[in-house]
Amino acid sequence: MFKFVRSIAAAFALLLAASVTFAAPTKTIILATTTSTQDSGLLDELLPVFQKNTGYFVKTISVGSGQAMKMGEKGEADVLLVHSPDAEKKFVDQGFGINRKLVMHNDFIILGPANDPAKIKGEKSAKEALKKIAAANALFLSRGDNSGTHALEKKLWKATGIKQEGQKWYQQTGLGMGQTLSVAAEKKGYTIADRGTYLALKKNLGLVILVEGDASLLNIYHVIQVNPAKWPKVNAAGAKAFSDFMVAKKTQNIIKTFGVKKFGAPLFFPDAGKDPKSLGL
Amino acid sequence: MDLILEGLITACKLLWALDPEVLGITWLSLKVSGIATLISVGLGVSSGMVVALTRFPGKKFVVSVVNTGMGLPPVVVGLFVTVFLWRNGPFGFLDILYTPTAIIIAQSVIATPIVMGISIAALQNLPNKLRLQILSLGATRLQMVFMLIREARLPLMAAVMAGFGGVISEVGASIMVGGNIKGYSRVLTTATVMETGKGEFATAFALSIILLFLVFLVNYLFTLIQQRERPR
Repeated sequence: MFKFVRSIAAAFALLLAASVTFAAPTKTIILATTTSTQDSGLLDELLPVFQKNTGYFVKTISVGSGQAMKMGEKGEADVLLVHSPDAEKKFVDQGFGINRKLVMHNDFIILGPANDPAKIKGEKSAKEALKKIAAANALFLSRGDNSGTHALEKKLWKATGIKQEGQKWYQQTGLGMGQTLSVAAEKKGYTIADRGTYLALKKNLGLVILVEGDASLLNIYHVIQVNPAKWPKVNAAGAKAFSDFMVAKKTQNIIKTFGVKKFGAPLFFPDAGKDPKSLGL
Repeated sequence: MDLILEGLITACKLLWALDPEVLGITWLSLKVSGIATLISVGLGVSSGMVVALTRFPGKKFVVSVVNTGMGLPPVVVGLFVTVFLWRNGPFGFLDILYTPTAIIIAQSVIATPIVMGISIAALQNLPNKLRLQILSLGATRLQMVFMLIREARLPLMAAVMAGFGGVISEVGASIMVGGNIKGYSRVLTTATVMETGKGEFATAFALSIILLFLVFLVNYLFTLIQQRERPR
C-alpha cells in the first residue's frame, strides 16, 4: 500500500525540485503594448537586444492600447508602447505618464474581399470609403476592444456622421488585430488594420488593400513612461532605459530594416526625434 | 486539409529538431500544471476526505459548493488572481504577477475543487462499514486513512487525471496571470493562442499536437498506476 503513496511522494519531490529552477530574473520591467507590435514580430527582434544591452528582462503584456493605458493608470506597468495619440495625450495630461516620445509610424489600411461589394477600391478618402461601406450594408469587422486601431476607426466613423454601432452589417470581434483579420478574411468583410500586422499575416489571408494613403490613416507609436511619482512601485529606471532604447539610433535602424527581407517592404518607419508636426499631427 | 498536414509536418520538425523554444514551452507546461495538480491533490483529497468521512450540519450545501467549483471558469479565476496579485493589490508585495508561480496559483485554484469533488464521491462510495471494520482490526486512524485511499484508488486516480486535464488545457487564466511572456511564462496553450493570432496556423497546429501528445503521455502514466495489479 505504501508503494502507491511513495510514488506520489517521489513525484512531489521531483516537481518541487523542478520548481526551484524557475529562474526569477532580478531586473524586470513590465511593458504594456499593443497586439500589433507583438503580432508583427517586431518585439521579438528588439527585446533580446535591449536585454543584452541593459540587463533588464522585459515582461511584455500585449493588449489593446486602451487596456495598456489602463494598466499604466493603475501603476501595473512600467512603460507603454502604444498607438492611440488622442488617448495618450489625455493619459499624459492627467499625470499618469511622463516623457512621451515619438518612436515610429506606419499606416492603417482599409482591407476587404477582392470582389469589393461596396466598390471602395481606389477611394482616396477613408471617410468616403466608410460611407460607401455603410451605404452598401457591406459587412464591416471592428476590433471593438478599445485598442488604438479601434480608436482610430471610431474617429473615422464619427467623421462620417454615421451611427455604425448596432447596425446589422457592423460586427465587433473583441479580438486582437491578427485574429480580427482572420475573421474578416473568413467572413469576407471589410476591416481596418495597421499595415505591419497585415503584411505579417498576408500570406494566410484573402484580403486586399482597398484604401490607403489618406492622411487620416496615419498610425503613430509613442513610448510613454508611467509616472513614478503617482506609483512608487513603478520601476522608473528600467522604464527610462527602455524609453531611451526605443529612440536610440541603433534601435531605430533595426526598426527601419525590420521585415524588409521577409515581406519585401518595411513594416514600420522610425521617427525618433522628429517633429510630430512633420507627420501631420 | 493542407493545414492539418502542414501542422503535422511542422510538429514533427519542431520535435525532431528539438527546437529549444518549443521544448522550453512544453517543459514549462508540464512543470506548471504538474505542480498545480500536486497542490490540488494535496488540498483536494485531504479536504475531500474530511468532508466525506464526517457528519456536520450543512454538509449537503458544502458538497454542492464544491461541485459548483468543479465548473469554475478559468477566466474568472484568472481575473480574480490578477486583481489580487496586482502590484497595488492585496498581495502585490509578493511581486509574482506575470510569473510561472502565478500560473501555478491560478491552476491550483481551478483544479482543487475538481479533485475534491471527485474525491468526496469516491470516498462516499466506499461501503459504510469498511471504516469500522478497519478500526476494529486495530488500525490507527492514520492507517485507516491510507487503507481508505488505497481502497478508493481507482476513482481517486480519476480525480488526479481530471484535475491535470483541467489545468493543462486551460488558457484563460494562464494568459491573464502569466502574460504569455516569451521564454518565461509562455505555455503550450497560450503559445497556441498567440500563434493563431499571428496567423501562423501551422505552428499553432503543431503546438496543439504536442499538447495532445503530452496529455496522452501523462494520462498513460497515471493509468498505468491506476490499473496496476493490486498487491496481495
